[in-house]
Amino acid sequence: MSAALEKTLPPAQDRVFDEVLLSVEDISLSFGGVKALNGVSFDIRKGEVRAIIGPNGAGKSSMLNVINGFYHPNAGSITYKGTKRPKMRPDQSAKQGIARTFQNIALFRGMTTLDNIMTGRNTKMRRNFLWQALHWGPAKAEEIEHRAVVEKVIDFLEIQAIRKTPVGRLPYGLQKRVELGRALAAEPDLLLLDEPMAGMNSEEKEDMCRFILDVNDEFGTTIALIEHDMSVVMDISDRVVVLDYGRKIGDGTPDDIRGNQEVIDAYLGVSHD
Amino acid sequence: MAIEFQLDQEQNTARAAKTVQKCCVIVRSDQCIVPQKSGQKTKHNRGPGSAASDRLTFDSTVATCFCNKRILGNTGSKHTGDEAGSRRNESAAAPFNSRAHATFSYPFGFLGNFTVTVSVDISTYNTFPKLLQHNAQTRGAMPSMREKALGIWQTWSWAESAKEIRALACGLKTLGCGPGDKLAIIGDNRPRLYWSMAAAQSIGAIPVAVYQDMVADELGFVLEHAEIRFAIAEDQEQVDKLLMISEGKEPLSGIIYDDPRGMRHYTQDYLNSYDSVIEKGHAYDTANPEFYDQAVAATKSEDASVIAYTSGTTGRPKGVVLSHSNVLKSAYNAAVRENLQETDNILAYLPMAWIGDHIFSYAQSYVVGFCVSCPESPDTVLTDLRELGPSYFFAPPTIYENLLTTVMIRIEDASWIKRKMFHYFMEVARRCGPKILDGEPVSFLDRILFWLGNILVVGPLKNTLGLSRVRLGYTAGEAIGPDIFNFYRGLGLNLKQLYGSTEASVFVTIQPDGEIKPDTVGTPAPEVELKIAENGEVLFRSPGVFQEYYKNPEATAETKTADGWVHTGDAGFIGDDGHLRIIDRAKDVGKLNNGSLFPPKYIENKLKFFPTISEAVTFGDGQDYVSAFINIDLNAVGNWAEKQAIPYASYQELAGNPAVYDMIAEQIAQVNADLTKEENMAGSQIHRFLILSKELDADDGELTRTRKVRRNVVADRYKVLIDALFSDQTRCDFETQVTFEDGRTDTVKAEIEVRTVPLIDTGAASMNRHAAE
Repeated sequence: MSAALEKTLPPAQDRVFDEVLLSVEDISLSFGGVKALNGVSFDIRKGEVRAIIGPNGAGKSSMLNVINGFYHPNAGSITYKGTKRPKMRPDQSAKQGIARTFQNIALFRGMTTLDNIMTGRNTKMRRNFLWQALHWGPAKAEEIEHRAVVEKVIDFLEIQAIRKTPVGRLPYGLQKRVELGRALAAEPDLLLLDEPMAGMNSEEKEDMCRFILDVNDEFGTTIALIEHDMSVVMDISDRVVVLDYGRKIGDGTPDDIRGNQEVIDAYLGVSHD
Repeated sequence: MAIEFQLDQEQNTARAAKTVQKCCVIVRSDQCIVPQKSGQKTKHNRGPGSAASDRLTFDSTVATCFCNKRILGNTGSKHTGDEAGSRRNESAAAPFNSRAHATFSYPFGFLGNFTVTVSVDISTYNTFPKLLQHNAQTRGAMPSMREKALGIWQTWSWAESAKEIRALACGLKTLGCGPGDKLAIIGDNRPRLYWSMAAAQSIGAIPVAVYQDMVADELGFVLEHAEIRFAIAEDQEQVDKLLMISEGKEPLSGIIYDDPRGMRHYTQDYLNSYDSVIEKGHAYDTANPEFYDQAVAATKSEDASVIAYTSGTTGRPKGVVLSHSNVLKSAYNAAVRENLQETDNILAYLPMAWIGDHIFSYAQSYVVGFCVSCPESPDTVLTDLRELGPSYFFAPPTIYENLLTTVMIRIEDASWIKRKMFHYFMEVARRCGPKILDGEPVSFLDRILFWLGNILVVGPLKNTLGLSRVRLGYTAGEAIGPDIFNFYRGLGLNLKQLYGSTEASVFVTIQPDGEIKPDTVGTPAPEVELKIAENGEVLFRSPGVFQEYYKNPEATAETKTADGWVHTGDAGFIGDDGHLRIIDRAKDVGKLNNGSLFPPKYIENKLKFFPTISEAVTFGDGQDYVSAFINIDLNAVGNWAEKQAIPYASYQELAGNPAVYDMIAEQIAQVNADLTKEENMAGSQIHRFLILSKELDADDGELTRTRKVRRNVVADRYKVLIDALFSDQTRCDFETQVTFEDGRTDTVKAEIEVRTVPLIDTGAASMNRHAAE
């Protein structure tokens, strides 16, 4: 990344993370005969940027879905913020501070950017459906509060110009940004990003990296991201987990992974000069 | 005695008299006229000792209310007749603080405004800091500045702005800024940056605004040349630029940043957040309460108030030093002439470094008291324009052209009935609109159609563009195409041209209402003297003339004569109607080998009137015929290509397409036909042209930051192509360097077609052709 970017973060060696935010132990997940995850264990520390990489079909998205509560593992356990989580639904997961984005974008196409990001505030809204439908008194006051937070997110992501545009009309890169905005609006402790840079050119990737790093830096959010672009992974992540055919084959800092022979064989490959 | 209302110059007198009588007059006041719908007399009580019947009488453009009460507030209510109240100046001659605001509607949907000419005594309040204090006292509750932040418009009144500026000024003092120091201002239009101008001026420092899209090299030059020690930057990007420039050199004594995003890990101690500076300022102010007032009182009107660096078309930029008096007088005179009011509002979207923005969004705001609004971000300017509905608007011709092109493109995609309605009513508007604006007679049927068009097409269109409430629209900087000009005037927009320069504190000539033509730039502004030298160069003298070019006495002596006349460098003449007409830059006017006059800009403007041509550079001095570089407009030509089912993947590909060449050749033929009809111009027809594969760009040094062509740079860099134009090659290989926005460079190769256009046969043209063959 550029020199200016390096200035904004303390040097990599100084980034030490002690507190474990989420740890998965021995997770196994099968869909019928297909074993998507096979005894995977790793942890994510508070405040770090954790990358999950691996070839296609390695089980990365499945891993994220397990953390999210979307899939329930057949074996193994998840410990989040010190407590072992029983079977959780995605909405319970969200209420506990986990937010995510999706690989193929799951925004509400007919709604505007503003409304989409507002839906991210749903878990924080206290008034129930009837109050909000009437849009009266306390519900109105609450919406104004939430709107302020959403506007801050819009300002943070620099998408003021498309505030009122229906999301279906936006170009792909901007839709991804809006999705990130929706996840941020929930003020999560753990942000799961599923291939945030997919389909972007280098300029858009740099922008997205900048936002991710800013989120990590300014809000202290822990980030777990799945990514295929190696330069991005090596540059912005603190630690990396490598999966292959549902198994974990590598876990450590980017430098460790770069040198790991098994990882090189399975995924990184060797350059033939 | 009477207080006179000055009616808006848009209405002609007889009509105004008739319509005001018929309308409902609501005067903002707690002591004046009671509104009555369609009454011919409006009665109001005036308290003890007043005459029984009071009337509004009309005498030419003046409506006299026989009332000696001060007229101020809002919502017409009964005249309470407080004789003990202010008996303010009764005649219009002496300046007075009263203001009346009335709105009335007259037939056919126009809304007119009449108000008292706002006057402020600029001999007492002769510097901007003093004006600021005056505004805070006399109109403290009125809005002075707006910014859209977090999706809503935040407003600061004059009193609030004055408080912020006071704190900021004291804060600057704590950083070590003092009289004579320069403060660089770099960023988009933000209220805090405008406030920093006033804050700097309050303590005797001089603000120097720079273009926010300057590359580090240009910025470095200005910082060094102006000996700038302090800077206020909008955000991290600008701060990084400043830090990059001072690498290896003595850093600036103080940098203030407005947006704290991304700034947490910067360790330099001369970096200060805006909020921290305000805090320090408050503390200093509390400890030394007399400091600020004394500093403001000490500002003198001959002191330098701003240094504006002109984007030089030749060589390095020059720092134009303008005093408070220069800027104030120029702003004041224009405001009086155009009858600006404190209820006006303007959207500040043009670069702060440009002197025009300084005059419109800063100087005139302080003089007249109107509100300046800053858009949310450069991307949202058009939506913000629409939300705001400003009453006072300036844009260079390209923006008007782009707006028109966007409208035309979108109309093409509309349904059949809408297209038909649009074209029909736009034709009606084009026919009658300018006449109605100028108060000329229009037939009854036309008026009905115009009114209908207003409701169905023109009104909604203006609303979509955000121009519904524009009372006064200016354009300057380049010639504007007559079609475009008439389009906007047809919409009912009072668009006029003005001519000026940084060295004049903007205003040299302004087109007066009622005498608007597309090919003139107007009559001299108040207190401006104009004369044409023997070689055709335009000279002017006015109280707005700059003091000097900073640290450049030779250039100053070249431009300003001993008795204060300034050489503009433009060739022009004054027509019989007293209007100035500009032909070209005096230096650029050349001669063809056969003796014909060659004014490159004149021809280029004709070419640029087509929406498909965004920029053109012509060559011909010392040559046998005229040839041209063309830059196509991607929007307009792209749209055309889609309609023709011509595929293209990039600008370069579109620019090389033979069908596009055919279309451009046709347009050039039209220009040639126009030229033959004009005196002395038949010889300047364009014979050969080519379409450049890359747009001319300011980052590559080919254009100035205000988008004027740098002819010598272009002539140098594109020499190969120019030679091809003056030979009989049909194709030419070309390689050039491009600079990306982060400073990296790269080479671009292209093979460019060169096309010949047959010249139109007049005596002179055939001479050309023989010479070429």
